Amino acid sequence: MKKIIGMAAAGAMLLALAGCASGADSSTGAGDAPAPEDLIVGFSQVGAESGWRAANTKDIQAAFEDAGIELKFSDAQQKQENQIKAIRSYIQQGVDVIAFSPVVESGWDTVLKEAKDADIPVVLTDRSVDSADTSLYVSFLGSDFVEEGKKAGNWATEEFADADAVKIIQLEGTTGSAPAIDRAEGFADVIGSDPKFEIVASQTGDFTRSGGKQVTEALLKSNPDVDLIYAHNDDMGLGAIEAIEAAGLKPGVDIKILTIDAVKDGMQALADGKINFIVECSPLLGKQLVDIVNKVVAGEEVETRIVTEETTFTQEEAIAALPDRQY
Amino acid sequence: MNPTVSKALKHRLFWPIVTLLGLLVLNVAVYPSFFSIRLQDGHLFGSLIDILRNGAPTLLVALGMTLVIATRGIDLSVGAVVAISGALACSIIAGSSDPNSPTTVLAAVGISIMLALVLGAWNGFLVSVIGIQPIIATLILMTAGRGLAMLITEGQIVTINSAPYKVIGGGYWLALPASIVIALGMFALAALLTRKTALGLLIESVGINPQASRIAGVRSRSIIWMVYIFSGLCAGIAGLMISSNVTAADANNAGLWIEMDAILAVVIGGTSLAGGRYSLGGTLIGAAIIQTLTTTVYTVGIAPEITLVFKALVVIIVCLLQSPALQTRLGSLRRRPVTTSTGGVLS
Repeated sequence: MKKIIGMAAAGAMLLALAGCASGADSSTGAGDAPAPEDLIVGFSQVGAESGWRAANTKDIQAAFEDAGIELKFSDAQQKQENQIKAIRSYIQQGVDVIAFSPVVESGWDTVLKEAKDADIPVVLTDRSVDSADTSLYVSFLGSDFVEEGKKAGNWATEEFADADAVKIIQLEGTTGSAPAIDRAEGFADVIGSDPKFEIVASQTGDFTRSGGKQVTEALLKSNPDVDLIYAHNDDMGLGAIEAIEAAGLKPGVDIKILTIDAVKDGMQALADGKINFIVECSPLLGKQLVDIVNKVVAGEEVETRIVTEETTFTQEEAIAALPDRQY
Repeated sequence: MNPTVSKALKHRLFWPIVTLLGLLVLNVAVYPSFFSIRLQDGHLFGSLIDILRNGAPTLLVALGMTLVIATRGIDLSVGAVVAISGALACSIIAGSSDPNSPTTVLAAVGISIMLALVLGAWNGFLVSVIGIQPIIATLILMTAGRGLAMLITEGQIVTINSAPYKVIGGGYWLALPASIVIALGMFALAALLTRKTALGLLIESVGINPQASRIAGVRSRSIIWMVYIFSGLCAGIAGLMISSNVTAADANNAGLWIEMDAILAVVIGGTSLAGGRYSLGGTLIGAAIIQTLTTTVYTVGIAPEITLVFKALVVIIVCLLQSPALQTRLGSLRRRPVTTSTGGVLS
């Protein structure tokens, strides 16, 4: 008898619990935006492969803390499978919004469909995906990498306006990643029209310093007469500087260096005259991301493509900008 | 067949050496002055020197791995130890008031190596005392270690400006890259300790049959413990080299996949993953092949999209050539024409 009463009591409690849960659901589904403290956002970062990424991570974490929104953060260590796992776990946890910077462009359709089926909006930050179905994500917040490559190309055409032939080594980012593909494309679009520009070698340095250094070391030997090194990020450019110095040449003078990103170490090298020009790619996306999340949750329309505001730096501008550089 | 030739063909390092020479020839074919070495600012400068310098960390890690594998174990945590030791040394130097003082650098190096020894001892403890399978025991540190390195650097890339520290991975001693001098020094030490004393024999006996060795009076537990500590030490020094080479500690990428490179170097060198007999010389050749392969990709200009396929092809070819099954088949193919021809003469 006692047993039956116990079971009945347990059953009643379960019912009550279920009631609570459904009650909570209906209140959020009622249309009015939930308070920020009830929101949970899952964010899957690429990794911490460069100073840029570290600044990006810090800014996003700080922005969500300021807004009082709970952020579940995971680091994919540059591996797509880790990122897919993280997104699946966010779906299971039933977060309100998923945001992520895809490691590579392709292969996201399945997991994005799972998120869509679970009614969880997805925001892409910094990097895009190549899915044909754009309904899989609500917005893509980030830089226009093709435009960055074009800015780099424009500088090269101005800088080498009087030269007869320009030999270029390109240090590519992680093979298959959107910035690597787009920055190469934008650059090639601009310089391709002029036959004096020749990319004599193009290899991946995986966006890391040691990658940039090893590649430059090897390529400098097979192409000693190179004029310009175009690196897809600052860190590879910094690695290239070391390799050029080890070869007994002066970076920035004997071989010009052109990079993208403008992180602190890169800006320092630019101010020191070791890099010649940097196209900025701002990692400070946190505030804009919080805005998008708030809008999406409130059911407002958001633009499918939001471009971050960015500039470029010459050596003089770097000296002026360096003292109040945040990252 | 000429007896010396057939003896050379049977030597277990024959095919790895042929592969290494083949890669070097490929480089020379594409870039004729590949072998040229000149004196630049008082040190040697050339592609071969780059291979030595950049290959030093892999060689060191593979050296520790060889002994671990010889005891039938495996150490997956070396990459994490590389990241931790580099992160710790750079953080100490970056936080000090005088990054250029040799005392600071020595202290940083000393503390990092101590930590690497402790991490190695932890692995050894899990494997030899607790009895966890090596692949699982070291997997713990492989996963947790990178997190630890990230904690040390606070997720940032720590850039330092320290001339004495730069010597370890990017500097030169007697015109030779300091890193390869250190790596070869460790190599000679390991060779001396294991081949000139009974230690090597004991390691092999533990690898072949731990129970039987213990019953025969070999202290298996301390031997196993010791090889993991040695592996930790090697990885720690390699971590210093890698961070010193770019004067920055990158907790996420330093030593990423180096455990795979090291295991590959050991296997190409002819040491069996089943434990027992091991070859330090083979590991040396294996590490050289791996680094030459990377340099070849850059020199020959293989497109980044197919780099991994190219590397995999070379590895498959070496492994196939070395496999006893394939060698017996090739041997029988070689012998067959001989028998038919003698038959022809008789008739």
